[in-house]
Amino acid sequence: MPLSLLKYGFSDRFPAKFQFTPTKNLKKHYDVVIIGAGGHGAAIAFYLAKYHGITDIALLDRSYLGGGNTARNTAVIRSNYLTPEGVRFYRESVRLFHELSNELNYNVMLEERGQLTLACTDAAIRSFRWRAEMNQHLGVRSELVDRQMVRELVPSLRMAENGRYPVLGGLWHADGATARHDAVVWGYAREACARGVELHQLTEVQGIDIQNGVAKGVRTNRGDISCGCVVQAVAGMSSVVAEMAGIRLPIHSYPLQAMVTQPYKPMLDPLVSSPQLHVYVQQTSRGEFVIGGGSDPYPLYSTRSTLEMKETLSAAILELFPFLAQAKVLRQWAGITDMTPDYSPIMGLSPVENYYLDAGWGTWGFKATPICGKTMAQLVATGTVPDLIQPFELERFYRFEQVNEAGATAASH
Amino acid sequence: MKILTCPVNGPRNISEFIYGGEYHPQPDPKQSSDREWAEYVFFHANTRGRVIEWWCHSATSVWFLAERDTGTDQVVRTFVAGNWPKDLDQSEELT
Repeated sequence: MPLSLLKYGFSDRFPAKFQFTPTKNLKKHYDVVIIGAGGHGAAIAFYLAKYHGITDIALLDRSYLGGGNTARNTAVIRSNYLTPEGVRFYRESVRLFHELSNELNYNVMLEERGQLTLACTDAAIRSFRWRAEMNQHLGVRSELVDRQMVRELVPSLRMAENGRYPVLGGLWHADGATARHDAVVWGYAREACARGVELHQLTEVQGIDIQNGVAKGVRTNRGDISCGCVVQAVAGMSSVVAEMAGIRLPIHSYPLQAMVTQPYKPMLDPLVSSPQLHVYVQQTSRGEFVIGGGSDPYPLYSTRSTLEMKETLSAAILELFPFLAQAKVLRQWAGITDMTPDYSPIMGLSPVENYYLDAGWGTWGFKATPICGKTMAQLVATGTVPDLIQPFELERFYRFEQVNEAGATAASH
Repeated sequence: MKILTCPVNGPRNISEFIYGGEYHPQPDPKQSSDREWAEYVFFHANTRGRVIEWWCHSATSVWFLAERDTGTDQVVRTFVAGNWPKDLDQSEELT
């Protein structure tokens, strides 16, 4: 068996297939330059190539494909938001996730397990009822559930009847799901590359060439390129990159820390979050418990981790699942979240012509990957802002028309 | 555990402090347009590098300013608002 495997491996008849085209020298000009080869950037390239016939695209990343927040998020997919604008947008994203494996011919390992948000106060119950009504009105499966139902959904949960944070009920979101985050970006990038998009890793954008208020090209560590338009999709570095284009954003960058335990037998089906305890958890298909929480208490551009946040996370998760006291932490990490004042993204046009923004993704970026790729591609290809993302334009802050989703975070930050 | 030096109370554990946002001067509310006011309220430099920001020692309610590097999380110095270091321009935020 090992010998035949070796023979197969070295045989010329079965050459290794490369998923991505090998890196070439940068061309002098591209129709579209996308800064940031994460899930969003790759998705924008894919939808441009497949649905709009635009393939002269450079997908640039200062590091490697999907190595930023696409690798660091906790892979939660849900649409139980609070505003009609938010719910419509994320609902469409969840729908696209359902057909994504077929669309990409790449298994993104979507698992629709449902998401349960716990309420420990009467105020939380009231806001959950509001969210449930809003969600149902827009065709999203959310309902307010009582203690008994919570117990049935998650038998291992500590209800803390006499504790400080007793579980009073929850918001049950049957559409909640998870997927393999790496597969999402690899799938998008592979299919984009197969259609002629050029992926350039280790290519850092160091300046943006703007003439008379129009973006004309970018300067990178591998040479200058001119282009028809620029899309920035750089998550935590949004303010830094936008500044090169002379754009100020309503963003603060905070680290968010998460961790993963050793694997256990499958025992936790839904994704569970507690806004009161600032913690959310899910068991991956490998059996590990992924635990995430709120952002750090102050802004920072470093992905260092702190013992304080790990202690806070651990204390919170033990309130919910005391048996995890024995669990060993296998990995822990941080990602930079670009938080906006209203917890909604900033998408669409910018003050610079031919320069498009895909920023302000805070802690809600992964779940929006497909719809973001689709709508941003539409914007780049047609020049008109799709209705779905119109409410998220940068100009909303000047009109004092925020899209307040602060109440709909999984672990209020 | 990270230590932050309060200009009044001396070095204390960072968990005793509350972050108060970037230092940026407020425009005159009577003179500024809605657009300028929105800029002031919502938009930030969010600089990667040295910034001046407000901090509060919550146990004693002392508000002060800190010069901190947001790339490395190193605090360069802290001072109370009435005692600006001479080498710092207090009319505009550092960018």
